[in-house]
Amino acid sequence: MTREVRGVAAAPGIAVGSVKWLAAAPVTSPDDAPGSDVEAEIARAETAFETVAGRYSAQALDATGPAADILFMTSALAADPALLDQVRADIRGGTPTAHAVTRAVTHFGEQLTALGGLMAERASDLRDVGQRVVAELLGVDPPGIPDSATPFVLAAQDLAPADTASLDPERVIGLLTVAGGPTSHTAILAKALGIPAVVAAPEAVTIAEGTEIVLDGTSGVIEFEPTAARREEVLALRARQAAVPTGPGRTSDGHAVPLLANVGSAADARLAVELGAEGVGLFRTEFLFLDRKSAPTVAEQSERYAEIFRIMGDRPVIVRTLDAGSDKPLPYLALPDEENPALGVRGLRLSSVDEGTLLDQLTAVEAAVKETGTPVKVMAPMVATVEEAAYFAARARTAGLETPGIMIEIPAAALRSEYLGAEVEFFSIGTNDLSQYLFGADRMSSAVAALHDPWQPALAVTIATVVTGAAKQGVKVGVCGESASNPEFACVLVGLGVETLSMAPRSIAGVRAKLAEVTRAQCEAAAAAVVSARTAEDALRAARAALGVDT
Amino acid sequence: MITRTAVVASKTGLHARPAALFAKAAGEAGVPVQISKAGKDPVAANSLLQIMTLGVEQGDTVTLHAQDGAETALDKLVSMLETDLDA
Repeated sequence: MTREVRGVAAAPGIAVGSVKWLAAAPVTSPDDAPGSDVEAEIARAETAFETVAGRYSAQALDATGPAADILFMTSALAADPALLDQVRADIRGGTPTAHAVTRAVTHFGEQLTALGGLMAERASDLRDVGQRVVAELLGVDPPGIPDSATPFVLAAQDLAPADTASLDPERVIGLLTVAGGPTSHTAILAKALGIPAVVAAPEAVTIAEGTEIVLDGTSGVIEFEPTAARREEVLALRARQAAVPTGPGRTSDGHAVPLLANVGSAADARLAVELGAEGVGLFRTEFLFLDRKSAPTVAEQSERYAEIFRIMGDRPVIVRTLDAGSDKPLPYLALPDEENPALGVRGLRLSSVDEGTLLDQLTAVEAAVKETGTPVKVMAPMVATVEEAAYFAARARTAGLETPGIMIEIPAAALRSEYLGAEVEFFSIGTNDLSQYLFGADRMSSAVAALHDPWQPALAVTIATVVTGAAKQGVKVGVCGESASNPEFACVLVGLGVETLSMAPRSIAGVRAKLAEVTRAQCEAAAAAVVSARTAEDALRAARAALGVDT
Repeated sequence: MITRTAVVASKTGLHARPAALFAKAAGEAGVPVQISKAGKDPVAANSLLQIMTLGVEQGDTVTLHAQDGAETALDKLVSMLETDLDA
């Protein structure tokens, strides 16, 4: 009989394969033979730290977003003068070199752990640094992802950023961690890589190396030793997803649903093209603004936008103007401190204290459009009222950008979509923020995460309201939130009348495959079922039935 | 010996990224700089690890110490601490 354990679903998708545990850390002992030449041993330790710090910073340069930050910080830990001082002193005191590293890391790790909270989390990054330095000194493989000719499910107590950053989705088909949470770095990176993941599964410690499992990153369930039939079923499911790898998004009866990518960098844009995105539905421009002392110049912005436009070529790109302020402060703008940043001066609202940033950005986008010829539209985040929509549209048109649009992420804007639609050319629904404001549930709070379930019927009803209002003005509606990347919910969005879907590049294949299996009428039936469902659970069940998914 | 005080602006205090950025800047200051917090011994400002062990949170006041003549360097570090380095 199949046994199973449950964890927290952290990245969608299903995988079947055998479990490999993350390679164990090398062990050191005070009884190891110390080197004969103290100064030579110190030099050896310094070189090992330098090598490891260098690897982290090289990885940081290749990474983007949160991964880059963590790797940068970990690189700084590996180059820390206090850590090295302690190692030097210990070696001089007669401790074997590798063990001196273990001791120093343990010493500082304990101090961080004692501080609790965020600092305690850094203790595991420090331990990771120490293990890699020790491996370097002992001349053994660094702890981390095991080698294997066949793809496997990687299991670990928890994954260090350096491990997750180097994952190859061709080799690691699933992730399972004993610790961690749905908002951990593991989860964020797994989603970006398109690897199904289950985290926070304490019972997973009992799984022996090599055990065959089915890992469902959508439900959080791990099944042991699947039968041959179950194995075939899972493989068929994966194959179906891979069988429609390219081409434009469409339902089985030919209704076109352009599948667009959310990008924030040139690397994202290249990946989007590689994975067959039909354009960019959300180009986040924050990266140019955050973490700097002065505003980027128009010329600098224009050059960076043009770089991404050129990668996309003739494919359409929607640029979202700066979504910063409050929760993502701009060091060079003196913004008021706010108790509730999500409800404060952010997005388009920044224009009320600093209009120059918006105007410069529009000028820079227009210049990049002139240079590249890419079909580009601009849209503003955090629009709540008709006046704001009209304000943005007027500024965009003055800058020469003729088809302005807005994000719909505030319930007030959703309810008044007919009136806002009279001002602009298109809408893009940001379902993450829309859920946050609709349910009064902080996106960052794991305690209210259940309210961010796309299957909550109130979300679908709100989207239906937007579509109805937009239709009266002939305004097109797209979705660029997390919910568009859920293959089954994507079908519901199509059924609700959403015309384009934009998502992380890695999510496109799954959505494309699912759409190709269903008719437009099935999508509409699923949408109708969700809108009239009582609960999120009822909505999911009813939609799956309409879409012909076996449950 | 000169000192300067700063109220830390970063939302996560001197943790991870803000602390790493600050330690890097302190290491590049050209003179040894120490940082202290009320009730704790001063530590080397170029050590990310030691800064983190101070457990500095947003709104905490910290003091920077350096030899005479390092006024400009300290002023730069103070303005860094009073900027939100999380962004």
